[in-house]
Parts: sequence; C-alpha cells; structure tokens
Amino acid sequence: MTEPALTIDATGRRCPLPVLDLARRIGEVAVGDVVAVRADDPAAATDIPAWCRMRQQEYVGSEPDAAGVPAYLVRRLR
Amino acid sequence: MALQAAVDDGWADPDRLYRAGRRARLLLETAREAVAAALGARPDEISFCSSGTTAAHLAVLGALLARQRTGRHLVVSAVEHSAVLAAARWHADGGGELTTVGVDRTGRVDPAAYAAALRADTALASLQSANHEVGTLQPVAEVAATCRERGVPLHVDAAQSVGRVPLPGGWDLLTASARKWGGPAGVGVLAVRAGTRWRSPLPEDEHEGGRAPGTLSLPLVLAAAAALQARADEQAAEAERSSVLVERIRREVPRRVPDVELLGDAERRLPHLVAFSCLYVAGEALLTELDRAGFSVSSGSSCSASALTPSHVLEAMGVLTHGNVRLSLHAGVTEADVARFLDLLPPIVDRLRRVAGAQDL
Repeated sequence: MTEPALTIDATGRRCPLPVLDLARRIGEVAVGDVVAVRADDPAAATDIPAWCRMRQQEYVGSEPDAAGVPAYLVRRLR
Repeated sequence: MALQAAVDDGWADPDRLYRAGRRARLLLETAREAVAAALGARPDEISFCSSGTTAAHLAVLGALLARQRTGRHLVVSAVEHSAVLAAARWHADGGGELTTVGVDRTGRVDPAAYAAALRADTALASLQSANHEVGTLQPVAEVAATCRERGVPLHVDAAQSVGRVPLPGGWDLLTASARKWGGPAGVGVLAVRAGTRWRSPLPEDEHEGGRAPGTLSLPLVLAAAAALQARADEQAAEAERSSVLVERIRREVPRRVPDVELLGDAERRLPHLVAFSCLYVAGEALLTELDRAGFSVSSGSSCSASALTPSHVLEAMGVLTHGNVRLSLHAGVTEADVARFLDLLPPIVDRLRRVAGAQDL
C-alpha cells in the first residue's frame, strides 16, 4: 500500500465539502503521489470516485482507520 | 361529471345494498374498468388502495407470502423506489433472502445480470418500469421473458410510467400511484394478473376482493380514474412535447454550466424527467435558489433530503450525489419556462461555486 503523501481530515464535513477539500489540496502533492481524505459523510464514498472520474485522477480505494472512519485514497495523475 | 357524482354518492359504502351503495358500487366498478384498460389489465385484476407505497408493499410482501413454499428469495434492482426497497428490507429482516442487482452508470439494469440473480428458490423478482430519479427506462420486457422462462413472478413498479409512456407487458404484478399520473394523492393501484399467486400480508379484510384493507375514498378513486383517462388521450402528444424540452435541457445545461454531469440514459428514458449534478454545489442551496426563481425542482442530494444518507439511486450509479437537480416537466411547462430556466441556472451555479470558493477548482 502506497503511503499517502498528504492526509486531509474532512471528518464532520458534509458533502460537497470533502470533495472541495480534495480538489483544493491535491496540487500540494507531486504527480504520482497519493492523497488520503478522511471523511465520515457517507456521500464521500460515491462523490470522491466520481470526482476522480470527472477530473481524470485515479481513485485507489478506501480503507477504514482505527476509529472506523474511511480514508479515501486518490493518486494525482495530472 | 364523475367528480360531482362521487361527491354526491361517495359517502355510501359500495359494499352495501341500499340504493346509494349500489350506485357507489357502479361508479367504483366503472373507475376500475377505466384503470384496467389503461394498464392493459382485466378489471378483476385491479385493486385500489391508499397510496402507491402501500400498493408496492402489498405487491411485494403478498407475492412473497403466497410463494413461501417455493422459497424465500427476493430479487430487486438497486435503484427501486424506496417503497419497494423498504418492503425488501422488511422481508430480509424477517429471515427472507434478498439479492440486489446493480445498475450501470446510466441507472439501467443489465438483463443478463438480473437473470443471473434468479435462483430455483426465488419467490419474486421486482423491477421498476423507469427510474424515478434519473428517468432511465429499465429493460422490463427482457427481464419479464427470463422470469417467465424460469417460473418466477415479476412485480413491476410502474409509478413513473403510467400516463406518460406505453407500459411494458409481461408483468405478473404491477403497481402505480394516482398522484404520479396527475390524479389525487391517496390512491394506489395494485394489479395482480389472474393466475398469479398472491396472499394478503395483512389481517383479513373483505374490501377490494381481500387485497387492500379498509373502505376506499370513492371520490378520490373516481378522480384518479378520470385523470388517467384524460391523460391517456394526450399521452403521446404530451410525451413528444416534453421530450423536445427535455432534450433541449440535456443539450444546453452542459453547454452553459461547466462541470455538470447529466444523469440517466440519453435515449431510453422517460420523456418528462431530466436530472443532473453540479460539481462542488450543495444541493439544498441550489434548490433554494431555484425555488426563489420560481422553479419547484427536486433533488436526490443527501444535503437536501431530510435523510442524512445520499440517494441510493445516485450511489448505485456511481455518479455525483451532491448538487443534484431533478426536473419533472408537467403539461403546463412551456418553452419559455425552459428558456428562462436555462438562462437562470448558470449564474446561480456560478454564484454558489464562488461562495464555496470553488470557482477555479
């Protein structure tokens, strides 16, 4: 598993805010690196992969942390 | 005429033998014949109940109950109306088995995937005629043919299609809601094909041939039947008219608003319904702005619904669940209304994106 170069904490933020957080900050990592977005809004599970599709970024998958909050992993492609 | 007669005689119980009761019975049976004709059914296959939701619950649970010796397996699509999904969950919570068939990005079920979900112990399959959030028509004819081959009864939730488009055949149970075809709220229709096994999941009651409990509101049923008959006469012309407007919206919205995802099948769709999602926009804010501008639109966005979960339809499709707008065009919507909508939408979305700091993302 690739270590995320950046972890964004979007817990407690409702849609579309987690996606906005991701869009604002993905430029902080190098192309090829992975960003993790921690989000507890269930809409993020659909909206983050959909954003990746619309923005030609790679959705890697999601994994829950120790507290059970999913972290959505996105690889910057462009 | 029908309404006045209903108001005059609607107090009477159609099951009673006094004169007003007999007249009420006559009116009720006339309404039943009219609805049966519109649905491609026989009058004795039609029961009225209090809502489309109740009709769906009765269809699903009653068909499952009647076939429990065959098995307790139910197949539904992931994008059914919540009434069908709630009945399915109820069944599963009671120890029944449930298979949910996914959809593609347009919200359409793959007939082969649906066929693969059927088993020897499948008691019922359920598939909507068209999706209520994105308008995609489902391959009911193909799925019905497979179900017939496999001996599995098929329930079709036709709430979105009745009075709008020709109905698919091949169903064993069909449900609809008068409110959706321009009739009053408070009338649902349950059609059970002659020879299809069905048993009431509710305590015994004599009304509607034992299919739907309680005395009907005769005035509402008559108004529902009259509305459906009126709709049937205009259905083809209205479908043509609204389809042109919807095509214009589907063409123009992505042209005028950046980062919009058009939802649903471009061709195989309801003529009057169009839905899209705007990236980075909160659905509730968008609906509030559109409402202020005089447009009563809906949304499947989690942010706009009372529930805190995203739309199960948009989730199953894998499309943006936020910033969602659904337009349902009624007969009164004109070209000028659509033009005004298309002019107003871009600055509203632009403003909301600016407020959110999303204009350059």
